[in-house]
Amino acid sequence: MLLDTYLNQIVSGVLTGLVYGLSALGLSVIFGVCKIVNFAHGEMMVIGMYVALLLFRWLGLDPLVSIPLVALLLFGLGYALQAGVINRLIDVPDHMQFLLLAAVAIIIVSGCLMVFGPDAQNVPLDYAYDSYALGPLLVDKVRVLAGAAAIAVALLLGAFFRWTRTGKSIRACADNLMGARVIGLDVRRLFALSFGLGAACIGAAGCILLTLVDVHPYLATEYTLLAFVIVIVGGLGSLAGALLAGVLIGVSEAVAGLLIDPSLKSMFSFGLLILVLLFRPQGLMGRRAG
Amino acid sequence: MKASWLAEVSPRGRWLLAALLVVLLAAPLLVDDYVLSVLILVLYFAYLGQAWNIMMGFAGQLSLGHALYFGLGAYASAALYAKYGISPWLGMAAGAALAAVAGAFIGALGFRFRIGGVYFAVLTIAFAEFTRILFDHFDWVGGTAGFFLPVSNRTGNDLVMLRGAPVMFYYVWLAGAAGVLVLCRGLLSSRLGYYWLAIREDEVAAEALGIDTFRYKILAVMLSAALTACGGVVYAFYYNNLFPEPVFSIGRSIDMLLGAVTGGVGTMMGPIVGAFILTPLAEALTVALSPLQEVMRLDGLKEVFYGLCVVLIVVFQRHGVWPYLSRKLGLGTEAKP
Repeated sequence: MLLDTYLNQIVSGVLTGLVYGLSALGLSVIFGVCKIVNFAHGEMMVIGMYVALLLFRWLGLDPLVSIPLVALLLFGLGYALQAGVINRLIDVPDHMQFLLLAAVAIIIVSGCLMVFGPDAQNVPLDYAYDSYALGPLLVDKVRVLAGAAAIAVALLLGAFFRWTRTGKSIRACADNLMGARVIGLDVRRLFALSFGLGAACIGAAGCILLTLVDVHPYLATEYTLLAFVIVIVGGLGSLAGALLAGVLIGVSEAVAGLLIDPSLKSMFSFGLLILVLLFRPQGLMGRRAG
Repeated sequence: MKASWLAEVSPRGRWLLAALLVVLLAAPLLVDDYVLSVLILVLYFAYLGQAWNIMMGFAGQLSLGHALYFGLGAYASAALYAKYGISPWLGMAAGAALAAVAGAFIGALGFRFRIGGVYFAVLTIAFAEFTRILFDHFDWVGGTAGFFLPVSNRTGNDLVMLRGAPVMFYYVWLAGAAGVLVLCRGLLSSRLGYYWLAIREDEVAAEALGIDTFRYKILAVMLSAALTACGGVVYAFYYNNLFPEPVFSIGRSIDMLLGAVTGGVGTMMGPIVGAFILTPLAEALTVALSPLQEVMRLDGLKEVFYGLCVVLIVVFQRHGVWPYLSRKLGLGTEAKP
């Protein structure tokens, strides 16, 4: 009986972790390519969640169906932000970059507060309480779909980076910026594209997350930190690493909830982060800093 | 061009500073309670900004988890006072020591393992968040339910126990903000200060000269942590209540450094200038928007404008406002790097 509980929790953790991993992917793309630490990460995700919420309310669209729309919207937002504001500040010191994005985060949170109010809102889906029974496992349908959607988006992104010309150009920028410039790549445009892509990823993750949790303006901070933990544990610049670390964190949170107090589950994640930073700073699957 | 700690305040600037000090000393006699509370906030941020700036300016490491030291100081002194009746000044010593140890630990971890930049910043966030959650479950000091200091009706101001009217706290903060400035000025002229400057400008060269960079960076972190903790103590005794969430949160860490970064990291006057700009800006926005708030409930509008202002400041003054002001108004002399 106890084993069943653990198994169920672990499966649930894996599926949720895939969604976390997707959001971390977005952060990883932005940092890996543009070398910008997006402290407005969680806030962008919340925008995605709210847009998906609106689409559900006005058009009855399931958040998972809204993914392409929301991703597109956030792509535009990210592109505009990078091209318009951040590009001017390409070589400012870390703390100024941080301040800029922290300010953007404040603007977003307060904007959401103004428009949507402070209450938690959610998407009442018809299949919210359905579950699949697989032997001893009882898995929520919502989580299965969420996990599947996360994998799908991640695969799409991976395919883009692997097989399209633009994707390879972006990877070139990440690997060797000077070299990319030398061979004539339009770095500014690629930076903006990457930021947009990362934002789109984050938006998609937000859509998916909306099926799992309620949205309110202050959700952002928690998810920004979570994404950072995942990206660092997984290794910057590694897409697979981000997903893997996401799953790891998802499972550890789920198990921690069982073993100890659920409210202590974040301590687990932070503890893991500290350990990784000390003993394997490049992350589980990251390449050595270069 | 990097603004450096050597940006001495010019004679004109010194006169201005002295005038400001006189005004601030006399302020409680001239202004009403509301303005006084705003001034207390300004001085509070000026103090904390300078304390944070020591780590950034000297050790050159971005810390986004300074709320950790703040909270340790606050809780340590509050607990000692409420449970054992110990004076907050002794509690301050205990809190500062505790924070210094924590800072040394984090700094040692970071520097020993050569974690820099963003990674170190995230490490500091992780430690602060870790401690926040820890204190959520630390029932001896209230946990999530909060910790409260006993408040009694006093007719006078008790400086020993830090019980008293806002005016008393005003002067404590003023003394603190001014004191830290003097301390930094004094330190910079010392041998230690020159070691720090060398490390900041070129760590490899400093090591080549035989300076134990590890030790002096740790020292900077410890000093910064200890001073921040002292700020936490006064905060605890001013507000008389502590909750892990607002005290240890990343929001508080960010608040602490906003002024310093806006004014100019690594400069002496930067944090002070930043505090004097941002806090009144926030209050002015609140006042300016209040007629609008009467008409429609728009929570968050002020923060939107505030955020926009900060974005504008970053875009147009990427090195901070103080270096710009010091050039334009002739308040500083620039030592060309």
